[in-house]
Amino acid sequence: MSFVGGKELRIVGFLCNWCSYGGADTAGVSRFKQPTDLRIIRVPCSGRVDPLFVVKAFISGADGVLVSGCHPRDCHYSDGNFYARRRLEMLKRFLPFVGIDARRFHYTWVSASEGQRWQQTVTDFTKVIHELGPTPLLPQNKTLPKEARA
Amino acid sequence: MNLEKLKEIVRTVLPSVDVVVGYKKGFDALHPVPCFLTSPEEIDALVLNPACVHNLAAYLPSLKNKAAVVVKGCDSRTVVQLAQEGLIKRENVVVIGVPCQGTVSVRKVLSAINHQPVIGASFENDTLVVKTKKGETRLALHDVLSDKCLTCRYPTPVLSDHLAGEQIEPKTAGKEAYQDIRDFDARSLEERRAYWLKEFDRCIRCYACRNACPLCVCRESCIAETRDPHWMSQRATQNEKMMFHMIHAIHLAGRCTECGECERACPMGIPVAKLKKKINMEMKELFGYEPGISMDDKPPMYTFKVEEEKIEEHKIR
Repeated sequence: MSFVGGKELRIVGFLCNWCSYGGADTAGVSRFKQPTDLRIIRVPCSGRVDPLFVVKAFISGADGVLVSGCHPRDCHYSDGNFYARRRLEMLKRFLPFVGIDARRFHYTWVSASEGQRWQQTVTDFTKVIHELGPTPLLPQNKTLPKEARA
Repeated sequence: MNLEKLKEIVRTVLPSVDVVVGYKKGFDALHPVPCFLTSPEEIDALVLNPACVHNLAAYLPSLKNKAAVVVKGCDSRTVVQLAQEGLIKRENVVVIGVPCQGTVSVRKVLSAINHQPVIGASFENDTLVVKTKKGETRLALHDVLSDKCLTCRYPTPVLSDHLAGEQIEPKTAGKEAYQDIRDFDARSLEERRAYWLKEFDRCIRCYACRNACPLCVCRESCIAETRDPHWMSQRATQNEKMMFHMIHAIHLAGRCTECGECERACPMGIPVAKLKKKINMEMKELFGYEPGISMDDKPPMYTFKVEEEKIEEHKIR
């Protein structure tokens, strides 16, 4: 199901292996309907997400980036998401400075049992990205072949 | 800036260290260069004036034995930051602080004299007198100061073993220092995007900003150049240029001491220090942290609090 029949956009999701990836799995097993714009990359922990992963995704033409980890205090490695929270907050405040809309980047916490919450997050975030439309392309991305862009 | 006092200090310090890092005359009077003193005879070659722009603390991580270094207010923050991160040993460094009223931007001076070759230059209180073949030009020092100096909050070194001169009171308080960033933030998203695309487009990826940066310490494993992991290619496209500047800015999050070396070193005049200043402003707001002020602090990205006072969970909107 692409979002309300429109053109599919590209959203990159960095999900921690222990909570959010499990949460997405729960949502799938429970057969919750979700938009399909999100491409998931599984990472060991949200603390593994270098803010530059997000920047790289945007520069390469992603329309939105979602990072999701375990709830604070629930990290499998005890403190990975605490570090992630600081870094991602820094990034969220920095992105608009170089002209990337902060609404295109979201970080949140979803546990493995929260299938419903995951579905809600994906649906809401995809909706926001569709309202914003495709990311304004960097001049070089415009010259990429169509298949590489769409 | 008191040269005689500095020479006196260097004379007493020199026997106890391997090398003293200071400034000497360069190819013209506007361009002093860093010098490494090892014997007392060389002391008279020392120079100290507002054209001494370099951040000499940048040499410290590569000096193995005990060294003394001449630092201005901003440079002293670099020493603190390097020591805090364990990149230098505090006991291996003798810090000779010089209170500083601001350094000149050579770029501003040259454009004021139409890029004529400089024969001589002298500093008289608040005036810079530049001699060229076409005659003398008198410039008010304030008009040719580097941008970073106009909002300087630490004219007196925050850390020094010897101080060459009297303490100077800062002209700007904390809030005004980030006014330029707030003004830029007030522009529309599209304007900001266009601004940076235009600026980054000039980048020739010479990496001078990175090489000049005293806190860029990855050396040969800098991810802008490694091919494993392959973060960036050698293509000279706008994507890669932007990516490079993002790497530099984000790797300095909560570490940049705003010495402005990146911007000064840039041959294309790209305002790269602005990116770091923005992050520093956010660090101040989020964690009340300023890099390079106290030796006992921990950079905010290297630590965390279980309950963050200033970070709230974001709603999707």
